[in-house]
Amino acid sequence: MGHDHKLEIFRGLLKFKSNTQKIWGVLIFLSIVTAIEVALGITKPEFLTDNYFIGMKLLNWIFIILTLVKAYYIAWDFMHLRDEKASLRRAIVWTPVFLVAYLVFILLFEADYIYNVWKDGFMAWNF
Amino acid sequence: MESTVTTGTEGRVWGGGNRPLGASYGKLMMWFFIVSDALTFSGFLASYGFSRFKFIETWPIADEVFTHVPFFHGNFPMYYVAFMTFILIMSSVTMVLAVDAGHRMMKNRVILYMFLTIIGGAIFVGSQAWEWATFIRGDYGAVETRGGRILQFVKADTGERAALADFAVSLPETREAHQSSKGLWFESEGSLPSYSLEEVAEGLRANPNILIRTEQLNEAGEKTVLNREESLQKIKDGRLVVEGANLIRNEYGSRLFADFFFFITGFHGFHVFSGVVINVIIFFNIILGTYERRGHYEMVEKVGLYWHFVDLVWVFVFTFFYLV
Repeated sequence: MGHDHKLEIFRGLLKFKSNTQKIWGVLIFLSIVTAIEVALGITKPEFLTDNYFIGMKLLNWIFIILTLVKAYYIAWDFMHLRDEKASLRRAIVWTPVFLVAYLVFILLFEADYIYNVWKDGFMAWNF
Repeated sequence: MESTVTTGTEGRVWGGGNRPLGASYGKLMMWFFIVSDALTFSGFLASYGFSRFKFIETWPIADEVFTHVPFFHGNFPMYYVAFMTFILIMSSVTMVLAVDAGHRMMKNRVILYMFLTIIGGAIFVGSQAWEWATFIRGDYGAVETRGGRILQFVKADTGERAALADFAVSLPETREAHQSSKGLWFESEGSLPSYSLEEVAEGLRANPNILIRTEQLNEAGEKTVLNREESLQKIKDGRLVVEGANLIRNEYGSRLFADFFFFITGFHGFHVFSGVVINVIIFFNIILGTYERRGHYEMVEKVGLYWHFVDLVWVFVFTFFYLV
């Protein structure tokens, strides 16, 4: 039942002596990521808000990527998916990832379409 | 651990007693629940994205809505939400430490860490309640147009937001809130806003320093501020004074914004609340020595999974509701 823990994060770059140490290490990492997010959210550097990549501001890309990084470490180290069998891990991770990616893709495209209909159409709504 | 059935069929796949995923029944079921619950939250967040993309040019800016910190006055965007995020991550950490201590059968440590986890959860739920109260009360007030759009007010010289109380005049009016005891008994009315529409409009006309800010976002991603003539023209579209937020309308902008705020953070807050309740039950079980007698602390691990999941969801809510 997971008594033997894998004690390295960042693909073996950082190795901890005990499970407790690893937990604190991950906490420090997550706190730093959150601090970066909040700092960027408050300062909003112009370089990041004025440049777009595939229709989205660079700043928002950074937020989403950092969120996924945080989610990865919460799932892998706090929910100890790192210590589970690969088959269980894949079943848990890829099922929602696939379904959510599909849902988000469909809904956002549909929403953008409706936005254009309301923008160019003949129905007034913003009055 | 669960009892192993000895039927003389070990080694055969269908003989029972197999654990192909190396996890116990209870843990697998917890994972089933978490995956399905994750999909529920994804549905919420995806529909939030849908509504936001639909009204991409008029959606409220979260930085301007969540600017309060308890016991402090002033404009502190995001600080308190970041604090809440940190509290939740912190209580996640004490939860892993409890699970870790459980593996090593250190009862007193598990008790201590579970206690800290419960405290963290309680602080988070309290903070969320405070956020809700602040959101519902509102701070500046606004006017709703006949199209259901929100008009906010700014001071022309500083560009700061102007509260209704800053400029609305008081007119001798007789309008009172309807009470069922004094009129039609089958009709009721909520509380009236502090100022009537006419008082706000008259205040705007009398005070040249006040301008109207519409929901429309400009090129720079900021709300459009009308000039004086446009403002005087625009106030004629006003139909209603809006203060704070409810499920029908809110002073921050798009009606859907408040609806999603209540549903997403409310659903998450409900998860945190039930997590705290479950943690308390497990906490007392630990003190009573239930798991000591059972020989393992897997139950702590299972509620731990749920607790981390709640933290995981908040990470996404934080990003998509407050940051992006």
